[in-house]
Amino acid sequence: MPKVIRVNMTDLTVRIDEAPAAWAGLGGRALTSTIVAAEVPPTCHPLGPNNKLVFGPGLLSGTAAGNAGRMSAGAKSPLTGTIKESNAGGTCGRMLGRLDIKAIIIEGQPAATDTWYNIRISNEGVVVEPETETVGLNNFAVLESVARRYGEDKGVITIGSAGENLMLISNISTRDPEGKLRSFGRGGLGAVMGSKRVKFITIDQEGTRPVPLVDSAAFKAANMVFTKALKDHPVSGQGLPTYGTAVLVNILHEIGGLPTRNFTSGQCEHHDKISGEHMYDTIVARGGEPTHGCSLGCVIQCSQVYNDKDGKYLTSGFEYETIWAYGADCLIDNLDLIAECDNVMDDLGVDSIETPVMFGVAMEAGLLKFGDGVEVLRMLREEIGKATPLGRILGGGTGHVGKTYGIARVPVVKNQAIPAYDPRSVKGIGVTYATTTQGADHTAGYAVATNVLNVGGKVDPLSNEGQVELSRNLQIATAAVDSTGLCLFIAFPALDIAECLPAVVDMLNARFGGKLTMDDVVGLGKTVLKIEHEFNLAAGIGPEQDRLPEFFELEAIAPHNVKWDMEQKELETFWNF
Amino acid sequence: MWITVKLFANFRENRFKEARRQYPPGATIADVAADLEIDPGLIGMIFIHGRAAELDRVLSEGDVLALFPLLGGG
Repeated sequence: MPKVIRVNMTDLTVRIDEAPAAWAGLGGRALTSTIVAAEVPPTCHPLGPNNKLVFGPGLLSGTAAGNAGRMSAGAKSPLTGTIKESNAGGTCGRMLGRLDIKAIIIEGQPAATDTWYNIRISNEGVVVEPETETVGLNNFAVLESVARRYGEDKGVITIGSAGENLMLISNISTRDPEGKLRSFGRGGLGAVMGSKRVKFITIDQEGTRPVPLVDSAAFKAANMVFTKALKDHPVSGQGLPTYGTAVLVNILHEIGGLPTRNFTSGQCEHHDKISGEHMYDTIVARGGEPTHGCSLGCVIQCSQVYNDKDGKYLTSGFEYETIWAYGADCLIDNLDLIAECDNVMDDLGVDSIETPVMFGVAMEAGLLKFGDGVEVLRMLREEIGKATPLGRILGGGTGHVGKTYGIARVPVVKNQAIPAYDPRSVKGIGVTYATTTQGADHTAGYAVATNVLNVGGKVDPLSNEGQVELSRNLQIATAAVDSTGLCLFIAFPALDIAECLPAVVDMLNARFGGKLTMDDVVGLGKTVLKIEHEFNLAAGIGPEQDRLPEFFELEAIAPHNVKWDMEQKELETFWNF
Repeated sequence: MWITVKLFANFRENRFKEARRQYPPGATIADVAADLEIDPGLIGMIFIHGRAAELDRVLSEGDVLALFPLLGGG
């Protein structure tokens, strides 16, 4: 029977229970949001003893399903005040699947604020011990320490100094198959882990067996159909493995949706220097790897290893959003500097969207100059990394810096930074930013696909027509995908290739022996969104916060000279389902 | 008439990033693709001055045409 591990940090006790029957069909986001909604008082302080940090592998985690290496983390977010689910690749989801662990729930809070703990999970049980060696260290040093003390093959979930210092830009990091880092990036979850005084968690899959399948032949057959769809679709089969997600830089520039200089233009003059095409040429010239996976079993391989000019590792998992934010929003025209920022952010454990968007606002405030990547690096290391008073202001995130310095152009929804697609020129994604339960988040309902990329049909990005329905359908589907442990990029083939999603349903049935249909999966997505929405309403985050910042209505951006002009009433129809 | 053509991702291989090219009046985007030996079936996105366009669109003097294969990210 699947197990649920509860670690109570108030009295340092551990309980291991059989998972309740009601959770049988839940995994990933569906599970973390169900647990948070049921057990966390919506009005609690996110950094107090009543919040809980929940980790959940997906329904297909641990199986041989392609791209099933994602796992979810959930809690009430200290950044947004809403419910939060954030998912990452790495090795832990697969290991938890093999250990038959449905969820890890970290609750309570130690009375003493000067003692830190590590949690070690294996087939033998769970150990909670005081931790001293890694306290104050950043993520790469934590990985080294864990490898030395417990072995190289362990799954690791960790926070850097930013999480220890309870900063709202902090994330939770996890070890990838090659000993680098992937992140549960958004919503300040590192601070929630820090508030529980947990420095790291290790997962040991020693002694486990392959995940049992009710019908292994059917599973294998469905997985073949599924991985074929991933390989056949041009986006997941060719574009992403070659150019990574940064291929979007030139696309968004071309259509005028690349937010530039703190969201004052939709185009960036030096776009080609920060483009996926340029990144690919640079990686190949320097002996890096353009094609690389963030988790075992990844078929798409959108990640990469980016080396410096001497051929030495600089960063990996170098994403469009990070490159956009430093490259266009902060006007840093040097990809090597951006790569160094990416690596330092990985090490400190800060969100690579919230942090650079915050720097864009800090630049507008005059704290540093637009384009000054060297000063960004200094502030990351010396201010945020050392938690100086200025570092704590910056570490509060985009909204916090805007308030501190009296800036009106602050790109946030529910206090979370707006990512790399301007909602004035890609209106569908604007609906997602405004309405998602998560605070501004492009992944919650990636309308860019249909507005710009011609995946899943076409909806004019500059017209309001059809955008609410598009965003709603995508948000429902995304909530379901986020519950399986599958990477969201499977949506590209799923939107265009008819056999793709039914193959996922077939794999779920072959794994558990159920009789799920496509309708059930869509139903799961709807249920997840409604559970999350109710939590937010009870937390005091109502429809008045389902909106974009005012400056999008006041300021037109080049080149299309468009404003955000969707009626609030129309946005509110999002929840009619 | 003169058209500015921009190519992206693998469309650049053995071609160019950006070029000003001359076409006869009445030329369509499909004609440009044929001239550049780009299989229309591989074209994922077409923009003229940053707005989506279809292959049969007749070009005008000074148009800026961008051709992308099917791509994604996020």
